[in-house]
Amino acid sequence: MTNATKNRLIDKTFLMFGILATLFGIVILCIFIGNIFADGISRLSFDFLESLPSRKPEKAGILTAWTGTLWILGLTTLVAFPLGVGAGIYLEEYAKKGWLSNILEINIANLAGVPSIIYGLLGLEIFVRVMGLGGSLLAGSFTLSLLILPIIIVSTREAIKAVPKSIKEAAFALGATKWQAIWSQILPASMGGILTGVILSISRAIGETAPLIVVGALAYVPFVAKSPMDEFTVLPIQIFNWVSRPQHGFIVNAAAAILILLSITFVMNGIAVYLRNRWQKKVKW
Amino acid sequence: MTTTDIKENNKASITEIDNLSKNIKIEARNIDVFYSEFKALKDINMNIYENSVTAFIGPSGCGKSTFLRCLNRMNDYIDGFKMKGEILIDNKKIYWKNVVVEELRKQVGMVFQKPNPFPKSIFDNVAYGIRIQGVKDKKFIEERVELSLKQVALWDEVKDNLKKGALALSGGQQQRLCIARTLAVEPSVILMDEPTSALDPISTAKIEELLFELKKQYTIVIVTNNMKQTARIIDMTTFYYMGELIEYDSTKNIFTKPKQEKTQNYITGRFG
Amino acid sequence: MNKTREYIIERLLFLCAAITVFTTISIILVLLVEAVGFFQEVSIIDFLTDKEWTPLFADKHFGILPLVCGTLLTTFIAISVALPIGLTIAIYLSEYAPKSFRKIFKPLLEVLAAVPTVVYGFFALLVVSPFLQKFFPEMSGFNSLSAGIVMGIMIIPFISSLSEDALYAVPKSLREAAYGMGSTRFQTAFKVTVPAASSGIVVSIILALSRAIGETMIVAIAAGQQPRLTLDPTVPIETITAYIVQVSMGDVPHGSLEYKTIFAAGITLFVFTFILNNISFYIKKKYQEKYD
Ligand SMILES: Nc1ncnc2c1ncn2[C@@H]1O[C@H](COP(=O)(O)OP(=O)(O)O)[C@@H](O)[C@H]1O
Ligand SMILES: [Mg+2]
Repeated sequence: MTNATKNRLIDKTFLMFGILATLFGIVILCIFIGNIFADGISRLSFDFLESLPSRKPEKAGILTAWTGTLWILGLTTLVAFPLGVGAGIYLEEYAKKGWLSNILEINIANLAGVPSIIYGLLGLEIFVRVMGLGGSLLAGSFTLSLLILPIIIVSTREAIKAVPKSIKEAAFALGATKWQAIWSQILPASMGGILTGVILSISRAIGETAPLIVVGALAYVPFVAKSPMDEFTVLPIQIFNWVSRPQHGFIVNAAAAILILLSITFVMNGIAVYLRNRWQKKVKW
Repeated sequence: MTTTDIKENNKASITEIDNLSKNIKIEARNIDVFYSEFKALKDINMNIYENSVTAFIGPSGCGKSTFLRCLNRMNDYIDGFKMKGEILIDNKKIYWKNVVVEELRKQVGMVFQKPNPFPKSIFDNVAYGIRIQGVKDKKFIEERVELSLKQVALWDEVKDNLKKGALALSGGQQQRLCIARTLAVEPSVILMDEPTSALDPISTAKIEELLFELKKQYTIVIVTNNMKQTARIIDMTTFYYMGELIEYDSTKNIFTKPKQEKTQNYITGRFG
Repeated sequence: MNKTREYIIERLLFLCAAITVFTTISIILVLLVEAVGFFQEVSIIDFLTDKEWTPLFADKHFGILPLVCGTLLTTFIAISVALPIGLTIAIYLSEYAPKSFRKIFKPLLEVLAAVPTVVYGFFALLVVSPFLQKFFPEMSGFNSLSAGIVMGIMIIPFISSLSEDALYAVPKSLREAAYGMGSTRFQTAFKVTVPAASSGIVVSIILALSRAIGETMIVAIAAGQQPRLTLDPTVPIETITAYIVQVSMGDVPHGSLEYKTIFAAGITLFVFTFILNNISFYIKKKYQEKYD
């Protein structure tokens, strides 16, 4: 065998490996969703969605869990969206280059890498104990808001960066103040990117389990939350609880609840991708 | 040749030009500009006259845009930018601490090198400058938009499509829209930074036509290197080189009998 | 009036940004204060050298080593899965795959990172463990192997996407030079592109490591709750994160020593990820300068 044919053989082999590796992840994901589908689809029903938790698997439902998840979704968006976008605007448009903006940047990169369970410990001390919110929806949402803040900030900055500087200059040249230029030109032009980041981060928050457990969300909540000060549970915690039980009935319940959770996650990711593509198409500079 | 010599020369030549208003609109005294450590402008002194068209020429990087942007304080936001000296417009110091820059920029409009319409409708583009001043009167805004678009001879082309996105217009139309947008705020000075360099010859000709009309009402300062064609509308020309003002004279003199060797070299090298 | 409004808005936006600094300070303070309380009752020597972690038992031992060992073991297994697969994918997508293929599969792979981790836990415990038990019948239902493997699958996109970005950013001219000398794509990839993108690849690996160390639900569900100083991947172990969850699920009174243990465990975890994050940030900054 000549050197050249040997090299070509290696090349081809690696090509095969590449395709296999790429498909591996996808196939595993499919197997896995298929598995859960087979386990859980039979349990999916309006009854399952409308029932309170119970000691008997066939009676137990996820009413408190999905309503809790919706609460968390709403409250976290309410807190994290303005804070994250505001911080992103500040860093991109106001902060002068220097030690302060350097520190802010390193700090945000660091926060993005802090494990979610550490945010749980933070929430437990600050929100649950010092602020006295207890294991409430509010404490949970505050904790998750801090968790996703770095993601929103980074994507806001990216989106603002993508707006040509000439747009801002045009606004200034017409006598716009800084905030007028930001509010009337820069934010509308970058909203697609910002929303994409916000939705992705909220979708991440919806899937979080560990920090909420630490903050004191309960596995067993026999009533639907009515106010932000109520105790709560969420879908991932309900799933965790059921997965840890030995009875097969609960495993089936867990699979069914996972199907709901995954639907929410995928729908949100889908919306984010759609928004991103639409915006990219619409705005051609 | 020292700076004082240059100043003396300038004074002499300006008085030679007749049929030009001798009212000083903009006065720059001892302007030094730094970007961090880099000195981009060195002791610039010049007067710009009312209702004239004054051109800045010179090789790329010599500081033309920098000086132009000093005149409406567009450099304020650049990190590391520092300016020394005084600029007066209508005898008022524009870098005085109590000046509201937004007010200044309404008086001193700017048109950029690349057309930069907002990604909004044609109407919203022109109305933007009036709206941010808090004007709500719909009729007033509509009238002003129409007038401005007529001034740049764009009205007939777009009057049926005012709601259309501005980005759908051709490059030349976009640039005229940007000029209309500037006019709508009723400035008295218009700064233009190579406004035709990104355009085709036909669009360029249209904009030059427009300048001819506009100079009756406005003081125009324009950075351009398209001198031959525009000689007829440009009254005064300033030659910059490496951050220094080398020569300032009537356009005719600069082209036919420049006093400085550097100007001569540049003119012949570029247009000879 | 304009001026005051502008001023107020800028202050408000600054406050939003400042929250991130307060968050970091609070995290460090919270962990430190509770951990200091812990170390007043437990000697730091014991904490670092004792080979047992049994704070919830009558015979209490407070050696963090078993938890650290469990954490590193699952992380090691995860990275052994994710690194070869992720890197192969990255090289394949940037050097071999047609553009259209890349455009579809890159985001598709990123879905792997979007799936909630509790779902992966289900998968590890109820699908992968029983499957592995067919080959290793004496393996326990809770073990670090299946948790680690599933975690590895989860972090594939961290390595594949970020490394692919780095590879893709390598200037075309470099590749063309190599092709021009008769190199195959494989030779070009490993002799030219990968070395040129090495810092970006290293950053992606570090981020994946940090993610694996901090991962909680997969190990809490599938790896067990038995702190054990072992490298045997078939037996139940416990990670730092899983321990914190275990304690949080129960009713531990505030101020008790058990309560403080989760902060001592937390600060250990924080130190690990903090170091990794800073290394990656440092490399990223240097690498940006090189290309700018
Ligand atoms: N924002 C900036 N920061 C640093 N240097 C700059 C900046 N803008 C321009 N310069 C420098 O100042 C000099 C003059 O630039 P400019 O005024 O744009 O020249 P011109 O418009 O004549 O081509 C150039 O050397 C340029 O590199
Ligand atoms: Mg210029």
